[in-house]
Amino acid sequence: MNAILVFEQALNGLQFGVMLFLMAAGLTLVFGIMNLVNLAHGSLYMVGAYLTVAAVGWTGSYPLGVLLGLAGTLVVGMLVEVIALRTLYERDHLDQVLATFGLILFFNELVAIVWGRAALYTSLPTYLQGFVEIIPGSIYPVYRALVIVVGLVVAAGLWYVVTRTRLGMLIRAGASNRTMVSALGINIRLLYTVVFGFGAALAGLAGLMAGPIYAVQPGMGEFILIQVFVVIVIGGIGSIRGALVGALIVGMVDTMGRAFLKPLLGHFISPPAAEAAGPALASILIYLLMALVLAVRPEGLFPARSG
Amino acid sequence: MRARTIILAACVLLLAVAPPVTMWLEQPYYIELLRRVMIFAIAATSLNLILGYGGLVSFGHAAYLGVGGYSVGILAFYGVNNGWLQWAVAIGASALVALVIGAISVRTRGIYFIMITLAFTQMLYYLGISVEEYGGDDGLRLKVKSQFSGLVDLVDPVAFYYVVLVLLLGVIYLVHRVVNSRFGMVLRAAKSNEARTRAVGFSPYPYQLAAFVLSGAICGLAGALLANQTSYIAPAFMDWTRSGEIMFMVILGGMGTTPGPALGAFALLIVEDLLAGWTQHWQIILGPLLVLCVLFFRRGLAGALPGGRDG
Repeated sequence: MNAILVFEQALNGLQFGVMLFLMAAGLTLVFGIMNLVNLAHGSLYMVGAYLTVAAVGWTGSYPLGVLLGLAGTLVVGMLVEVIALRTLYERDHLDQVLATFGLILFFNELVAIVWGRAALYTSLPTYLQGFVEIIPGSIYPVYRALVIVVGLVVAAGLWYVVTRTRLGMLIRAGASNRTMVSALGINIRLLYTVVFGFGAALAGLAGLMAGPIYAVQPGMGEFILIQVFVVIVIGGIGSIRGALVGALIVGMVDTMGRAFLKPLLGHFISPPAAEAAGPALASILIYLLMALVLAVRPEGLFPARSG
Repeated sequence: MRARTIILAACVLLLAVAPPVTMWLEQPYYIELLRRVMIFAIAATSLNLILGYGGLVSFGHAAYLGVGGYSVGILAFYGVNNGWLQWAVAIGASALVALVIGAISVRTRGIYFIMITLAFTQMLYYLGISVEEYGGDDGLRLKVKSQFSGLVDLVDPVAFYYVVLVLLLGVIYLVHRVVNSRFGMVLRAAKSNEARTRAVGFSPYPYQLAAFVLSGAICGLAGALLANQTSYIAPAFMDWTRSGEIMFMVILGGMGTTPGPALGAFALLIVEDLLAGWTQHWQIILGPLLVLCVLFFRRGLAGALPGGRDG
């Protein structure tokens, strides 16, 4: 295990972490403000990936396709909010979970009808296919490096919007007391739709960036969604700061576990046993981490200040 | 109340005469289907104990189907085919897993509880995939069904059918008795008002945890049955959509009612079967149907029966 390998895996962990963050930010905002548990958030991630693949093929240009994919996911998100989810805000979490579960079945099947069940692969433009040398002796794919940069820029932008703008002020106010916000003359319905669309676009961004790295296929959203739940539970529900910290921890732990747990275990137990236990332990590592965090801090690391 | 009792008794009677009728119609497929439905009805009834009466929204009940199924599968893998032992291990192992998951998750509330139960089930799912010894993703084939010292032969579809039917009725009765006992009273009290329950001197945690474990144990039995039903056990038993389906059965049938979960299991799985026979894209119809049920059909099937809600 040399330093360069560790460095590269740390970058992979960071890359996975920022993608988890993009998902977690939208989910936690929607939960914090509308008190809505949205399982269909993973479907929006999938929709973003598919729309981008389709738009890139249609326009022949990667940047244009990405823009169209993002805009499309934003529109789909707002439509879902207006048609199906709006009536669920006043319901209990159980109803919300079941209704959005129904939406997942719908979206997965819709995507399978339109694009088929086989996995799609996005072809990147040539300028994103190369490698960069970040530290001497280590080359890293340009695309993954770009994902990290985009993720960190979006995180900074999100921090700016939430803490420094009028929209952010409304979002924070809505999270702490929505009745008071609407009493002060704010169109809370419109705010909800905007926030939901915003969260959908973030999920779509995560999905379209995931496209070239992982396979684009029906059900891809649920795979990441449950990991995002772990992120949110660790970070504290409703807190963006918690989502960022949780995402980076989960991304790092998961990637490092998969890369190094097997050789590391080999030092302590017999290699065949490590061969068997390593992958099993690596795949459940983040859930064990979640259980540990909950045992110590049941509200997560950075619980949102208000309910 | 009378009309309700008659309708429910008629349902049980129909189930009891189903095997000779389907044999006479030469449609053995329906015995398989009804048996599968009844196994899920057991799972849904067990979930109802904590979801309907305890207010614990467990989104990971498929975990115990998997633990129960793998208990049978792994014992059979090592040549232990004794059904008494297999099923006892299935129930015991599920109870143990439920104890561990419950000890952590029952301390939390609301959305945390939903996400944590889901995440733990997912953990077991990935564990099932990554353990190559027991087939990994492909799962284990059950070469021999559980053997009950010659008492019943599960290979006979009709005998197996009646075993499942008796177990289903027994489980429904058990849950009914538990819920209406002193224990169940505390459980229901904690659901409706936790602060007052504490004020009269009951700490809800041990009661809720005990219900969680009992529920997991019953669902483990359903898992053992399911492994025998399909002669096969795979991580897909624990897929999170499975948990969602079981949860939906409870809601569709009417949560917090005695016959509700079984009615919900019948309705959901029969509708699924009909839709699947009609189009391969049946989920595109089922999905919106679920949304509509949640939005507009809140009392569930048991609530729609004459007599309304029972205790």
